[in-house]
Amino acid sequence: MRIFDPHIHMTSRTTDDYRRMYDAGVRALVEPAFWLGQPRTSPGTFADYFDGLLGWEPYRAAQYGIAHHCAIALNPKEANDPRLRGVLDLLPRYLAKDRVVAVGEVGYDEMTPAEDEVLQAQLALALEHELPVLVHTPHRDKAAGTLRTLDVVKDSGLPPEMILVDHLNEMTAKAVADSGCWSGFSVYPDTKMDVHRMIALLRLYGTDRVLVNSAADWGHSDPLKTRAVGDAMLADGFTEEDVDKVLWANPVAFYGQSGRLELDEVSPAADYAGNTIKRGVAP
Amino acid sequence: MIPTIRSYLTGDGVSWLDAAIAKIHADAGAIFAVFPAAGRRCGRGALDDGWTVDQAVRVTLLLELPLDGEPLGLLLFDLYAHGDAGERLAVLASLSVFDDAGRLGEAGLPIVRDALRTSDTRLIGAAMSRYGAARLPAEAYRQAVLKCVFTGVPLSGVAGLESRADRELARMMADFAKEREAAGRVVPPDIWPILERHPDLRAGLSSDTKGAS
Repeated sequence: MRIFDPHIHMTSRTTDDYRRMYDAGVRALVEPAFWLGQPRTSPGTFADYFDGLLGWEPYRAAQYGIAHHCAIALNPKEANDPRLRGVLDLLPRYLAKDRVVAVGEVGYDEMTPAEDEVLQAQLALALEHELPVLVHTPHRDKAAGTLRTLDVVKDSGLPPEMILVDHLNEMTAKAVADSGCWSGFSVYPDTKMDVHRMIALLRLYGTDRVLVNSAADWGHSDPLKTRAVGDAMLADGFTEEDVDKVLWANPVAFYGQSGRLELDEVSPAADYAGNTIKRGVAP
Repeated sequence: MIPTIRSYLTGDGVSWLDAAIAKIHADAGAIFAVFPAAGRRCGRGALDDGWTVDQAVRVTLLLELPLDGEPLGLLLFDLYAHGDAGERLAVLASLSVFDDAGRLGEAGLPIVRDALRTSDTRLIGAAMSRYGAARLPAEAYRQAVLKCVFTGVPLSGVAGLESRADRELARMMADFAKEREAAGRVVPPDIWPILERHPDLRAGLSSDTKGAS
């Protein structure tokens, strides 16, 4: 089983996690920029964080055979701190880089005017840089926040296929499926979504435009939840192709719209062909 | 490699490179947008002498900057500091090229020192190019060579050893070997050539197969 975790915060995880993820079949991932538990107070710490997402973290991941990509953004919670507004000025420079495959996580936390302003500015940046967008939906007042997100996205000029709306549940899945945007489900040990509810949702809505992630971070979370969903799908009668679509082909199709995914080094297809020569080498 | 890079690019790659250079000539700030895009636009294939296409294109772009000396060093540091690994490697590779043209002086040393402070072995190795080897003070050069051995960066890629490997560096290598032997760990073979001229420092090192023969 090959797995692409489309949303995981590896900065908060250990090398043991990388090893276990590789053993479980994870070969690629996207780490979106988000908050770190402790609020930050200056744009400089964001620059260091973004540099880490582009430098040290992909280097670390590569030691364990996993292709690391990232999404860059000012997250909604910290969008409310006026000291951090300068982060928006840093973004164009980072959105120009290889392996930045989306703008994200953007979205709403408490649906404040500041969050509105920062979300709209970043949707405009995504349009300009021709990047897909990873949209976080709020933990509280989720249904209302999700509907408002869909309205704002619609007005942004970005086509729905360039938008992934994440952290969905039974209350929000249908609206997003109907919108034409991609649907993201964060499978957690206790909260957001669990493995069995996930299977029920896949039965209800099918596997088109659906992504499953662990969203593992510094909180109570599990980087192997993607694999658990794959195993549960098979146990429930889904085919191997269904599992591959949800856990590999769908994230590749969504983030592939950036034109910046680099999977040759880790692609199981390349292993299968017995081709260990580095790709991209001039003939 | 730099003067001939166009011959390795596709027609689209050459057009992009020429347009990017024109943008830099119009406004040096354009470098921030074109520098990261080089690999996507021109490719990343391997060339001779360890160069890659994206790296050679990036250095070609840097050479078009209308700056020298300290202002050049500051801009290169900024590009390096906010660059991903590929961009950082390209900035490091540019230092010797700029120095050959007499454009940089000591102004690139902060970049070399930063790269040597990282834990990314690709950056550490790239920092020990001709530029770093020629410009680092003796203490920093020795520490950097030791860090290479310690982190597994092959000394074959480290410049300046013929002229700069002194008795103090040999002592550091011998102590490192003793520490590894005491821990029952492998001593990297890279250290023996440095100890060659100092047989007294080599005495007692059990893993010195060359000394034993």
